[in-house]
Amino acid sequence: MPSFALDGQEIVFKPGQTILEASIAAGHYIPHLCWHPKLSPHGSCKLCTVQVNGRLCSACTFPAADGQEVISASEELRQLRLRLTQMLFVEGNHFCPSCEASGQCELQAMGYYLGMTDGHFPHFFPRREIDASHPEVLLDRDRCIFCELCVRASRAEGKNVFELAGRGIHTRLVVNSPSGRLGDSALQAQDLAARVCPVGAIVLKETAFRVPIGRRRYDHKTIAEVSLEQEAPLVRAHWQEANHE
Amino acid sequence: MSKVKIATCSLAGCFGCHMSFMDIDERLLELAEVADFDRSPLSDIRQIGSCDIGLVEGGVCNAENVEVLRAFRRNCRILVAVGACAINGGIPALRNRYDLGDCLEEAFLTGLGVTDPKVPGDPELPLLLDKVHPIHEVVKIDYFIPGCPPSAEAIWTALSALTSGNIPQLSHQRIRYD
Repeated sequence: MPSFALDGQEIVFKPGQTILEASIAAGHYIPHLCWHPKLSPHGSCKLCTVQVNGRLCSACTFPAADGQEVISASEELRQLRLRLTQMLFVEGNHFCPSCEASGQCELQAMGYYLGMTDGHFPHFFPRREIDASHPEVLLDRDRCIFCELCVRASRAEGKNVFELAGRGIHTRLVVNSPSGRLGDSALQAQDLAARVCPVGAIVLKETAFRVPIGRRRYDHKTIAEVSLEQEAPLVRAHWQEANHE
Repeated sequence: MSKVKIATCSLAGCFGCHMSFMDIDERLLELAEVADFDRSPLSDIRQIGSCDIGLVEGGVCNAENVEVLRAFRRNCRILVAVGACAINGGIPALRNRYDLGDCLEEAFLTGLGVTDPKVPGDPELPLLLDKVHPIHEVVKIDYFIPGCPPSAEAIWTALSALTSGNIPQLSHQRIRYD
């Protein structure tokens, strides 16, 4: 079986797997925000940046190859991931104390994991529109990190409800409906697109604050532990199915 | 050994971080063995003197906040941002998406239940800034203790490191933003 070395540990992979898939399936966490085991990789958040044979690559898009030397757990990469996470925080309006996703939010959990205590950069405080027109789903653009998980999920579901529009700091999440409002789109609460948001940008109505503090996803577990518990089985199942076919 | 001098203040905050600080309970006595309080709601000293450690709660929302924060920076060897509002503006910064004039109008003129509508204009009131800012955008901050409020454990961990001359390091369990 082909294998590569992740921080000195041998990771056996299946041909076609990316470095991130192979690592997670083998029980080794690499930080990521815009990757989901059921969706095609996007390579945009750059949190999964690793050194492959000395070069920086996104582990979620870079194919695993026999004999690679991959470094993920270095202080240099922690610093890089910390700065990226801080930029995500200051570019949006992330007020954890008043957010219903607090305790269940991957961006917040990533901050904890990387030891982030401050935003480092000046805050943008951008003005973004909230869309509460859907009876079951709330779109709070203040918290969007442009990971495109909802875009990819909705595309995979054949509905194409979401898309990113604009460029750079003017990038915004838009809705594919005649009015541009979520309430007039084909989105339904049971869609993966309505449930895949890693932050509090797309949340289901009437579910907020149901889980008490102390029992939320990241109250006692790191994002690494939760990822390996929940995502690793999905990756393994996906590749077992792929082999079977 | 001379005692460490600590000053604390709340800018655009709710004093929740100070309350959490009080939650170190009997360890306050331990702290009192090694530290004295300069300007602080705990001491009632009004003007800050030369200090070793300044703990700042709250963001910067008006001209007085700027003045107090700068006085803290001038007088404190180490300045620490305590809590969500000091670090990113927190709940008061939710007003940043609105025009300041609109906020005052809604609060004092046209809002529900307003009687005797008038925007307060007493010259003693500090002028509001158009936006609420985290304190690191105004002065250099040495360390940050996040949380809304930070737990007593987080405050104690950081403070006991600082009073003994060490760099505060918060474990995964001690870093919280809510």
